[in-house]
Amino acid sequence: MIKKYRFLIARRITQISIMVLYVIANVYGINILMGNLSSSLLLKTIPLSDPYAVLQMFFAGAVISFDILLGALFITIFYMIIGGRAFCSWVCPVNMITDLANYLRRKFGFNLIQKKQPASRNIRYWVIVISFVISFFMGLAAFELVSPISMVHRGIIFGLGFGWATMLVIFLFDLFVLKNGWCGHICPLGGFYSLVGRFSLIRVHHNAPNCTACMKCKEVCPESQVLHMVTKTSMPVLSGECTNCGRCIEVCDDNALNFSIKNLKKENENEVR
Amino acid sequence: MKTEQNLPISERRKFFLTIARSTGLAILGGLTWSAYVSEVKATSLILRPPGALAEDDFLATCIKCGMCVEACPFDTLKLARPGDNKPLGTPFFIPREIPCYMCTDIPCVPVCPTKALDIKSVQNEEKKLDISKAQMGVAVIDDSSCIAFWGIQCDACYRACPLLGNAITIDYSKNERTGKHAFLKPVVHTDVCTGCGLCEKACVTQKAAIFVLPRDIALGKVGDHYVQGWNKKDEKRVENATSNTTKTKISKDSAVDSLNNDSDMEDLLK
Repeated sequence: MIKKYRFLIARRITQISIMVLYVIANVYGINILMGNLSSSLLLKTIPLSDPYAVLQMFFAGAVISFDILLGALFITIFYMIIGGRAFCSWVCPVNMITDLANYLRRKFGFNLIQKKQPASRNIRYWVIVISFVISFFMGLAAFELVSPISMVHRGIIFGLGFGWATMLVIFLFDLFVLKNGWCGHICPLGGFYSLVGRFSLIRVHHNAPNCTACMKCKEVCPESQVLHMVTKTSMPVLSGECTNCGRCIEVCDDNALNFSIKNLKKENENEVR
Repeated sequence: MKTEQNLPISERRKFFLTIARSTGLAILGGLTWSAYVSEVKATSLILRPPGALAEDDFLATCIKCGMCVEACPFDTLKLARPGDNKPLGTPFFIPREIPCYMCTDIPCVPVCPTKALDIKSVQNEEKKLDISKAQMGVAVIDDSSCIAFWGIQCDACYRACPLLGNAITIDYSKNERTGKHAFLKPVVHTDVCTGCGLCEKACVTQKAAIFVLPRDIALGKVGDHYVQGWNKKDEKRVENATSNTTKTKISKDSAVDSLNNDSDMEDLLK
């Protein structure tokens, strides 16, 4: 039974423990991880910064300090080479809200009465462009000022204020308006990591001969368009929009989906041939 | 007969329509978004941590990580939350609740990863940290509600000031109403005051009669035209002065011509 939720449990543990580390740094001064998801300091030495926020600051005309640049570089390199879009499903606290909305959608059958998705998943890339334009003209990081992601993690660490209303808005939007509405359509940070993580090594691989076309994976996937190869061809999920959440692997009863490392897999296949 | 729905749309037309729709939506979203941003940016009554850049630069540079808030040992600094009506996530303090205690090691400034809190602005000539260089705001006195201006003896703000005797001094004058008492009026010296707010915290009136405002709100600016002629240092400002002559209908002739010219005088009398 636990095998069916192994990645989900691991993800919740990482998401919650990262938040706990931030909270104990703020409340008790145990400084393992200081700051928040916008910018933090690991073990009092390693800077980590949100590269999308730093880009917006650059467009806003701010002088980018060395610490921030280095921090943004660390994060970019990690997701670019290893994690892909893993930030969204393994770190971001909003993921817990939208996953809950999505779970209720499936359980109550909202997906059955609203089959057509009226919005394009490319909106997020437009939001990125607009955020840069506004940052440039208004002279401040435009998305950081309205970001529900920041409101949620800042809220957890430094006090929520009316941030609960933001959480509720996202929850209701995802539950009643648009399936995967925030994370899968609008969020520019998710879009940014989709672009960054395009060529990362950790990938979900599909093994078509094992597939019985039950479509459980597509039903559970928050970015189901990335699983276009299911039942058809054996290949890795190459789209950067895959969040590496591993839900598809968990729900697959036929061992047709698995995590593996992109290039390693290719080499092995070559050896077999 | 073809109805509208049955009409086939050419690929070309579809392409242009899609472009138009996306552009329209982008403009709609962009305008709403920037309207909100400019509204939020307009909040100017906010006190920043020591060493903060000028407000516009500060808003562009602060990454809203809260490291200064964590460093503050007195919990003075807070990050603006939704509902605080301040630029979201940026650090600020409310002196009447918790003022800045002006720590000599200024823990909040060096931790800033973006240099939105600029360490150079709180260093003295020997590159040593000096909190008295901070310019978080400036204390302003409402003399109508300050009881010291009524003649009641109170020097709470003067005693609370960490730059005692420099940022606030006491001005003694005779109380003509009683004829035998003195007024002990507090005076803020804006060039010394850091805006820490300990005076505002200490003020005994129901709502503080001395309070901290952002410097660019509370202070005026003389400009280059008025100079303290007795002050050598101040006289240097003349070098930057620019002249600006305004032309009006009356000033188009020299003063003498203007007075002697009949038609112009008639204009004036109308």
